[in-house]
Amino acid sequence: MNLQNIIRCSATSDLTPAPQIRDHQMEVAKLIDVTTCIGCKACQVACNEWNDLRGEVEENVGVYDNPRDLAPETWTLMRFTEHEDESGKLEWLIRKDGCMHCEDPGCLKACPAPGAIVQYENGIVDFQSDHCIGCGYCVAGCPFNVPRISKKDNRAYKCTLCSDRVSVGQEPACVKTCPTGAISFGSKESMKTLAAERVAELNERGFEHAGLYDPQGVGGTHVMYVLHHADEPTLYAGLPKEPQISPVVEGWKDVLKPVAAVATVAAVAGMVAHFVGVGPNNVEEEDTSETDKTV
Amino acid sequence: MKEIAMQMGRRQFLKILGAGGAGLTATAMGLAPTPARADGPRPYKLLRAKETRNNCTYCSVGCGILMYSLGDGAKNAKPSIFHIEGDPDHPVSRGSLCPKGAGLLDMIHSKNRLQFPEYRAPGSKEWVRIGWDEATKKIARLLKDDRDRNFITHNDKGQLVNRWLSSGMLASSAASNETGVLDFKFARGLGMLGLDCQARLCHAPTVAALAPSFGRGAMTNHWVDIKNANVILIMGGNPAEAHPVGFKWVIEAKTKNKAKVIVVDPRFNRSASVADIYSPIRAGSDTAFLMGVVNWLLQNDKIQRDYVRAYTNAALIVREDYSFDDGLFSGYDEQTLSYDKKSWAYELDESGNAKRDPTMTHPRCVLNLLKQHVSRYTPEMVETICGTKKEDFLQIAEILGTCSARDKTATFLYALGWTHHTGGAQIIRGSAMIQLLLGNIGMSGGGVNALRGHSNIQGYTDLGLLSLRLPGYLNLPSDKQQSMAQYLAETTPKDVLPGQVNYWKNTPKFFVSLMKNLYGPYATKDNDFAFDMLPKWDRSYDMLAYFDLMHAGKVNGFIAQGFNPLAAMPDKNKTSQALSKLKFLVVMDPLVTETSNFWRHEGAFNDVKTEDIQTEVFRLPSSCFAEENGSIVNSGRWLQWHYAGQEPKFEARHDGRILGGIMMELRRLYREEGGACPEQLLHMTWDEHTYHNPYDPHPEEIAKEANGYALEDLFDDTGKLIAKKGTLLSGFGQLRDDGTTASFCWIFAGSWTEAGNQMANRDNTDTGLGNTPGWAWAWPANRRILYNRASMDEDGNPWDPNRIILHWDGAKWAGIDVPDFPANIPPGSPAAPFIMLPEGLGRLFSINGMIDGPFPEHYEPVESPIAKNPLHSKVTHNPTARIFQSDLQRMGNRHDYPYVATTYSVTELFRHWTKHSHLNAMLQPEQFIEIGEKLAATKGIAHGDTVKVSTKRGYITAKAVVTKRMRTLQVAGQEVDQIGIPCHWGFEGATRKGYLANTLSPGVGDANSQTPEFKAFLVNVEKLEAARS
Repeated sequence: MNLQNIIRCSATSDLTPAPQIRDHQMEVAKLIDVTTCIGCKACQVACNEWNDLRGEVEENVGVYDNPRDLAPETWTLMRFTEHEDESGKLEWLIRKDGCMHCEDPGCLKACPAPGAIVQYENGIVDFQSDHCIGCGYCVAGCPFNVPRISKKDNRAYKCTLCSDRVSVGQEPACVKTCPTGAISFGSKESMKTLAAERVAELNERGFEHAGLYDPQGVGGTHVMYVLHHADEPTLYAGLPKEPQISPVVEGWKDVLKPVAAVATVAAVAGMVAHFVGVGPNNVEEEDTSETDKTV
Repeated sequence: MKEIAMQMGRRQFLKILGAGGAGLTATAMGLAPTPARADGPRPYKLLRAKETRNNCTYCSVGCGILMYSLGDGAKNAKPSIFHIEGDPDHPVSRGSLCPKGAGLLDMIHSKNRLQFPEYRAPGSKEWVRIGWDEATKKIARLLKDDRDRNFITHNDKGQLVNRWLSSGMLASSAASNETGVLDFKFARGLGMLGLDCQARLCHAPTVAALAPSFGRGAMTNHWVDIKNANVILIMGGNPAEAHPVGFKWVIEAKTKNKAKVIVVDPRFNRSASVADIYSPIRAGSDTAFLMGVVNWLLQNDKIQRDYVRAYTNAALIVREDYSFDDGLFSGYDEQTLSYDKKSWAYELDESGNAKRDPTMTHPRCVLNLLKQHVSRYTPEMVETICGTKKEDFLQIAEILGTCSARDKTATFLYALGWTHHTGGAQIIRGSAMIQLLLGNIGMSGGGVNALRGHSNIQGYTDLGLLSLRLPGYLNLPSDKQQSMAQYLAETTPKDVLPGQVNYWKNTPKFFVSLMKNLYGPYATKDNDFAFDMLPKWDRSYDMLAYFDLMHAGKVNGFIAQGFNPLAAMPDKNKTSQALSKLKFLVVMDPLVTETSNFWRHEGAFNDVKTEDIQTEVFRLPSSCFAEENGSIVNSGRWLQWHYAGQEPKFEARHDGRILGGIMMELRRLYREEGGACPEQLLHMTWDEHTYHNPYDPHPEEIAKEANGYALEDLFDDTGKLIAKKGTLLSGFGQLRDDGTTASFCWIFAGSWTEAGNQMANRDNTDTGLGNTPGWAWAWPANRRILYNRASMDEDGNPWDPNRIILHWDGAKWAGIDVPDFPANIPPGSPAAPFIMLPEGLGRLFSINGMIDGPFPEHYEPVESPIAKNPLHSKVTHNPTARIFQSDLQRMGNRHDYPYVATTYSVTELFRHWTKHSHLNAMLQPEQFIEIGEKLAATKGIAHGDTVKVSTKRGYITAKAVVTKRMRTLQVAGQEVDQIGIPCHWGFEGATRKGYLANTLSPGVGDANSQTPEFKAFLVNVEKLEAARS
């Protein structure tokens, strides 16, 4: 992905935004039609294979969900829910979980490490792990509970929407592999059109609440769902009904960050004064031994 | 280590915070560093990698794949595949791959790939590395000694039989056709009858059922054509899990063609998750359901009458002495447990033709006999036997009934859920009959679509790698057939109606061309084309039968090529005992199989006494699909050519090279030492005259011999030269019965012609309705929709103007597909569309095609949860099912084992194979069973508890998946619970170690094809251990 196409970059101020004049890029989106997904997990494998990820071989805990949860080595997975409606009709609702690539990404807003999280002009939100400091703020900032911090390298990871493939004109690996065509990829506009067709077809089949999930609380997303029960997204393994970026993160970005900047300038000035006046800090013995213990 | 990295001291934390703070501060002040790199952090990894086209090796969808190898093809770079994704040009897969296919990379590079030949001495606990040369020589010596000692030249009656029974071979239906040709020549060249492939455990009942119904035993349509259906009945199969990419076209039918998708299955499975209608059914009761549908269609006149009258045998009259009474058809012999089928035949007129009543009112015309036969299968009876609610059944019957309209088609998709029963072939017959009644055979969007299993199981069936078969669906002669003339007279069908094509009347051309291929110049008219060289059979040596002989100590040597019988056969403990009685076992496989380690103690998972097992075992590493050129046949009968993307890993060799080495050593020994019937082996065409290097025959030269050559200049009736001596034949129409043509497999004639390798064709142009005749090559003669003449009435008018496949252009049939009919027989002629049957008509009444009855009848599984068959007073089980004495003692009863169990595959894994792939092992890491909430509650079983499932044959333990998707059914007045047992794990692999699920299944087979009853047997289940919270 061309770095010139970055339009938003974590921990930068409004005074020095990322370059934004190349604004003629197509906004992309992935559409996941939950109603034609069979939960085969091909997308999980294609994701792992393309991105050179190999997670643990875990255990079976009585469900089909494996691996059990998103992880630094698992950027997407299927979540299975057995749901009986009022009439007793059984539905096996299967949702592919992973990064939603929010238009207004809470992770990016929360991230204090410059350039560790970026958003490209086409809408993809990407983690540049070499800049990540492992603070975990992105986890707190995400309304969908997606990023995971690796215990190996203490950095955050999540779906990149295959920004490497998209940058050369290919679809993401999960999209390409999807056997039933439940995952589609294209311009956000075309995905919305496709979603409308799918919703109309579902309405015809009696799913009166079928609809598109493109939550506006995060400015819309670049990964969207077609749901049979769009009125009850939480049925699908707890997909949030009205996702919002946590007020703490919003506050951090809009209020605290400028304040913090000023405060930090003051702190640096104070440190300089302290150094000049008192000399360098020594590491206390207690600190070191504590560290050893935890190690 | 990981834990340590994660745990940070306060000091480290402050450091990080400080760094973050500093960065933040600098940025906030407008001092953000400029990105240092010109391009992004994720460079595209395939930019100049070598791209090789291949096909997925797992299932019969035959998805196209692109393999990317290290290096750009330069001689100095050693290619190693590092990425695989779907081939977007492939008409079926269109770039998709299922979880198995998407994880192929980790199978190719599995930690469990075999690296070099190994040897396990009798009683030993370990493998010892040996060289290829030593292995080859030792194996050849063992084979020769056993053959020389036990070869049977003449049977007790003094008939010449030239057979060798004390050693056998399992051939791998995941290997290419070219390997299959060599497998056949190897086994038959030695006189083996104990030759089988995975088809025996898979779709053998499909051939047994569809061939007598339509003329050929294969999927009638093809994957993409499913999109044209209006109704899709998925029963006895679960394509969303077993054939996910083929299922693409089910979804396409649903979203683009407003198709209704119906799933009938014991378990609410992944196919059901996207179906419009799901109905549960008791495992083992499908025939009753289907005969219920037939009854409903006939009672409500929902049949395509014109089609039924013109294109089925509904109007033919059956002999007077045919009868059916209380579960038995006429001709039953209680002593032999078999039928004399002579009354199951048409009544003939003076000239020997079948009598026909076009009004279909004759009381003994097939339609009326059928009406009478199925009248017992009322919706109430269906509910009683199947546990399917009457209203569910009626809803499904009505929807199917709508497809009797000329412009509506239903397609039936099934797989092993129908084949794995003692009455498996008859279930499939039932579906064939419904589709004939609805007029859906030969129609685009219709058909009985057998979704085959392994990637080349269709090819291995085509190549005749089954105990009593020859290539191209010819039969191996029996010992009663002592001359070629007698054999041909008995196997070539006679005309039964005037003016029919009856294409099998060309059997002598196919057979003689095969013999010319097998025995070359030795096969002459004077020696009956080497007829004596073929081994002659006295009985079936199918896998169940052969392992029973092995269990009885009558088999000494065995070769398992790409086959894991310890895992795949029913009743693992019996299989283990059988293997322990072998003198030697040779395993050829790319991976570590349980079979190769059957002698190793693995705790409770494989509780054997290693030191007592005196079997010598050789383990030979073979190449995998990604390392060879060759062709495989997908379920739609497409022969697709593929290419190697890397060399065989480590010391692995191509199967042809392994067999070639052993074969050439055997020939050397027989030439030098003599022995039992050396000519059988030495006359087989496997020498320097046949192959450029008989030690390592190349796939290309084998593919050409499968197609066939002209051995002399060939002229047509008008004297025109049609093929010069030595050139490749262009189709099976050129085959001769005088020895002037040679072809290993007549149905493959046309696959590699003088115009080149047709299997490698890659023009994916859609000629209409999703037909892509320019992609690969389909047998027969590149026809994509079988029986497509039946898409039109007798005068050539399409039944549905929106589904025109062919039209008469004044001189010939033309259209979007190759006509499955002589191109020059005009509309209005008496020839009917089912050209491979002598009457030309689809068979509602299968005459003598099946061994257990001309109409299907419901019989209880051998292990049944109910006291008796609700339909009959005396006959509960299939009266012709073969059960060996040693297996009979291993059957359980419904009191000790009250629950119905059914085994199956889940989508994440492919049989016992993908457990070696880390990418797949992650998806289903550990053995589990599925159990309904109600039964689980009464047993105190919760999610993730460990349970023990047992049968009279053994037990397994597994995690419990407690689910709403398995429900208690009401069957014959009692509650029946079903347990689902996925069949994937074992004591080898990247997954957690587990039991082989086939420890549980019974060793009894389908009456027609001896395919085991994996899908319905009795178990008990109990809780062992609570889940860790």
